[in-house]
Amino acid sequence: MDAIEKNLLLQIADLHDVPAGAYNIRENGKGVARANTPNIEIVTKTDKPGIDIFIKPGTKNESVHIPVMITQTGLTDMVYNDFYVGEDSDVLIVAGCGIHNSGCEPSRHDGIHTFHVGKNARMKYVEKHYGEGSGEGERILNPDTIIELDEGAVCELDTSQIKGVSSTKRYTKVTCGKNSELVITEKLLTHDSQEAVSEMDIFLKGEGARARIISRSVAQDRSSQIFYPRVTGECACFGHVQCDAIIMGDAKVRAIPEITADDVNAQLIHEAAIGRIAGDQIMKMMTLGLTEQQAEEMILGGFLK
Amino acid sequence: MLQIRDLHVHVRTDKEDLDILKGIDLSVESGKLVVITGPNGGGKTTLAKAIMGIVPASGGTILLNGEDITHKSVTERARLGISYGFQQPPRFKGIKVADLLNVASGKELSRDECCSYLTKVGLCANDYLDREVDASLSGGEVKRIEIATILARRSGLMIYDEPEAGIDLWSFSKLTETFKTIHETNDATLMIISHQERILQLADLIVLVSDGRIQRSGPGEEIFPEIMNQTEGQCPLVS
Repeated sequence: MDAIEKNLLLQIADLHDVPAGAYNIRENGKGVARANTPNIEIVTKTDKPGIDIFIKPGTKNESVHIPVMITQTGLTDMVYNDFYVGEDSDVLIVAGCGIHNSGCEPSRHDGIHTFHVGKNARMKYVEKHYGEGSGEGERILNPDTIIELDEGAVCELDTSQIKGVSSTKRYTKVTCGKNSELVITEKLLTHDSQEAVSEMDIFLKGEGARARIISRSVAQDRSSQIFYPRVTGECACFGHVQCDAIIMGDAKVRAIPEITADDVNAQLIHEAAIGRIAGDQIMKMMTLGLTEQQAEEMILGGFLK
Repeated sequence: MLQIRDLHVHVRTDKEDLDILKGIDLSVESGKLVVITGPNGGGKTTLAKAIMGIVPASGGTILLNGEDITHKSVTERARLGISYGFQQPPRFKGIKVADLLNVASGKELSRDECCSYLTKVGLCANDYLDREVDASLSGGEVKRIEIATILARRSGLMIYDEPEAGIDLWSFSKLTETFKTIHETNDATLMIISHQERILQLADLIVLVSDGRIQRSGPGEEIFPEIMNQTEGQCPLVS
């Protein structure tokens, strides 16, 4: 790997080199490295671009890394990844896409990730998006995440897009079975004239299903963001949507949390707040010896941590 | 040594022009404990904020250890050794108590060090270090964390704006002990805005501020009994 690739890998997967455990590294539309473990098998799809990841029932404390890197300007990469997380397993899946575009043409990655999380399995899915490069070409990421949680499954979805992505359209759909639990934490920072749209459909279908959706975002400069999380409770269940945004400069933020109860026992809550950094927050940090800029960075860093 | 000469603070609003401070002269020797007291709206907080630089001076000078800081920024004054505990501290989503203590001290503190600062305000580190300084904390908790950050800064001049407000009796007792210890060990100059008898009793110097002016100032042992004798009815010290 060269220095650009190593930096992308570090940004999107916190990896300094190839990861331990199972992994599949995709670069400029092609798989470049792969490792399986006795419990985790990665198979290339034959009908369309992408991979199937099979995690055996009962697999504990293992991880799968599937980073995608794009360093070629003008490339559009479309990929379908299907995960089969076996019953009673407990795994960490780290995905992410880093684009280094130093040319003038747009570089784009559209990923459709589908997860089938088995009975009583626990899955943590971490996804980071990052863009860099000196070129004028746009860096575009449009991920779709489709998750089915079986009875008693627990899913923690942790997504972040912190820097350099010109345009993103994210769609997440989760179907929650009986006594399953879902926690989505979405963190987003847009700057310059970037645009980000995140839509979600969460269906609480099984009795006792619980979902918490937490969105924290910062919109700087002339960037714009739209959040549209929708939670539907179809039985005795609990859902909580929380959108919290800091707006700066000439940015625009639109948050539309929507909750729908189709059952008298569904308990659903939504909250949304958009505001600037309060003057007294900056002032407090300055009294601790930080400059105004350091104070702002500290406040934003904490907010998106 | 803090020297304030003819300090004025003038505020212009849409409706009116207000003189909040109308010529304050005050000298506080290093290591002393000065308590600023007086009726609400008299200018105490504005005086404290003007020393920290949060409110700009419209006239006069502020010298810290001989250096003119009147036109220095808040950050510069903080780095020169002034700290300020807000009467109503702000909250921060995502920032933990430990993060604030680290920023305040300017270095990564050990758990034991954090613990020592929190204990001084009656908080247990195990319960609080990893908590976010957000709306989940009560007013009294945020206030005590605020005071702990000032202790962690270890500044030469610590300014506390009504540290007792919103704090329970037990924590307040702990806090007065902490002020007493700082004072006895001559670690810092303390300027405390307060109306509390127990804090007034600690003062080397009591300054009564009202209507934007110092109405009376003098040694604690002289002014304190006057205040205590006259707390019924209208305060005779305020003409």
